[in-house]
Amino acid sequence: MDSLLNRFRSITVLLVVVVAQLILLAYSVKNPEGVRVIRLWAVTVVTPIAQIAETTRSTVWGVFHNYFDLRDARQQNHVIQAQRDQLKLENLYLKSELNTADRVKALAAFQKVSPSRYVAARIILTATTSASRIVILDRGSNSEVEKGMAVITPDGIVGKIIDAFPTASQALLVTDPEFAAGVVSQKNHVKGILHGAGSGKCRIDNVQTEEKVDEGEMFFTSGDDRIFPRGLPVGKADVVREGTQYKEILLYPSGLQAGPEEVLIVLAGVHAPIPAYEAPPPEQKVYLGPPVPQTKAEATTAALTTDADRLREHYEKLGKFENHKFGEGGVPNFNAAIPANAEPPVAAGTTTAPKTNAGTNSPPAVVKKPAAAGTATAPKTSAGTNSPPAAAEGSQASVPQNP
Amino acid sequence: MPYSETSGDRIITSHQRGRVARFRAWVLVGVPFGALIFQAYVPLFYPPLAYLDLALLVTIYFAMMRHSAINGILVGCAMGLAQDALAHNPLGMYGISKTLVGFFAASIGVRIDVSQSFVRLLACVVFYVFHQFLFWLISRALLEKLVAFDWRQTLILSGFNAIVGLALFHFLDKLKDKD
Repeated sequence: MDSLLNRFRSITVLLVVVVAQLILLAYSVKNPEGVRVIRLWAVTVVTPIAQIAETTRSTVWGVFHNYFDLRDARQQNHVIQAQRDQLKLENLYLKSELNTADRVKALAAFQKVSPSRYVAARIILTATTSASRIVILDRGSNSEVEKGMAVITPDGIVGKIIDAFPTASQALLVTDPEFAAGVVSQKNHVKGILHGAGSGKCRIDNVQTEEKVDEGEMFFTSGDDRIFPRGLPVGKADVVREGTQYKEILLYPSGLQAGPEEVLIVLAGVHAPIPAYEAPPPEQKVYLGPPVPQTKAEATTAALTTDADRLREHYEKLGKFENHKFGEGGVPNFNAAIPANAEPPVAAGTTTAPKTNAGTNSPPAVVKKPAAAGTATAPKTSAGTNSPPAAAEGSQASVPQNP
Repeated sequence: MPYSETSGDRIITSHQRGRVARFRAWVLVGVPFGALIFQAYVPLFYPPLAYLDLALLVTIYFAMMRHSAINGILVGCAMGLAQDALAHNPLGMYGISKTLVGFFAASIGVRIDVSQSFVRLLACVVFYVFHQFLFWLISRALLEKLVAFDWRQTLILSGFNAIVGLALFHFLDKLKDKD
């Protein structure tokens, strides 16, 4: 029997285990709550391990996640910076295009209203030396440009053509020392010769000291040089100084102030009148509202700010107290003690209203009136108070007699 | 002349005795426990891994390598009941299935050299299908659940489990006690 059991031990164990599980299965199906303890054990054993695993996972994942986030953020930052730089460049380019379009529009408008005939040109190069103020324009003899033609913008004159090639031309700017043009002032019609000063300025020569030129006065081309048609703006006199024989007048050429890139070459100039001087509008009456009313305390504190003010106030009090008018002869007693409740005068010729002291222990207010000339009145005190009359207290000096 | 033992539990020759794998205690406890944890935890983050029956693979491995039917029965029973408890199945569904798998795996391990990869792969496929079939049978026969047995899915998953099992067995071979 033992050998039989030994021989089929494994089968026996298998049967026992399977049958036991079948019973357990039947029991757990019939009574799910009855096997709760087995589930509880299983869950209790597994849960701590799962918690550790979850904590480890979340920590490791968090670190990696943050790392990759940061890495991504850095990459995104690079991308965004590149995009921003690209957009900046595009923005600059578009702004430049817009400015160019505006300038071209202005030139076209100017060409329409001006009687002269122009050809628009673009400044494409500048001189290679810093001493000369020469630019190269993209229009030449093929576009009817000839030497000696005026180069202008709607804001003012720019220069003149000194050499014309088939497809380009050289222009001497007004700031070059070699440049010269006849000009006339707008207000006083003073004529002169415009020369470049080498820097950004120009000077106007040959203006006699007797002639009148105001600072800020506008100069226009006179047309005498037969290069620039009459009536083109040149600039406002910035500095006007008296010289020994001639005035020293400096101005900034208005045609160059905007940094021209597109210009007009005057192919056939037509003289135009100098625009009439318009005086600035006279000063108009400006309404000012009433000042902010100051209270008495504000007025006093605002007025009495120095020792001299305080001394003056003291003397005025003294004069009131002793009925003395300064400047009318006699000397008041400067050593007289003035009671503390004596009010300072508010304004000459005014009477302050008496203060109500009923039911208070404070000294009575003093009602002060400027004494009439030749009379001597003692200061009045209010009755019914505990304090002695202010005028009597400590008053050693007699009331001064008016002369 | 080969030594023969006919104890019922082990019918092995001396040559086969040399192939019986021995494991340290922590491996015998830790690996099944780890398999259960893995099966309960990892599919939370990677749902396809729910199709991987790591508990079954561990049962097959220990049953085959230990060459002991009783060991196989006990490992299968414990793994199955734990799986039932954690899966909120009626207790015994996986228990009975894995008990039978453990028994038959141990029986095969005794008779066949299961250290070869192809044998392991085939054993995994067969036992996976057998396990699923048993589970379906118990569900249908004992619990009267009208569930269909999807052969195709079962075969595909058996292949998947077999491939993973092959790698797992190779890893578990490293944990064998050399002595």
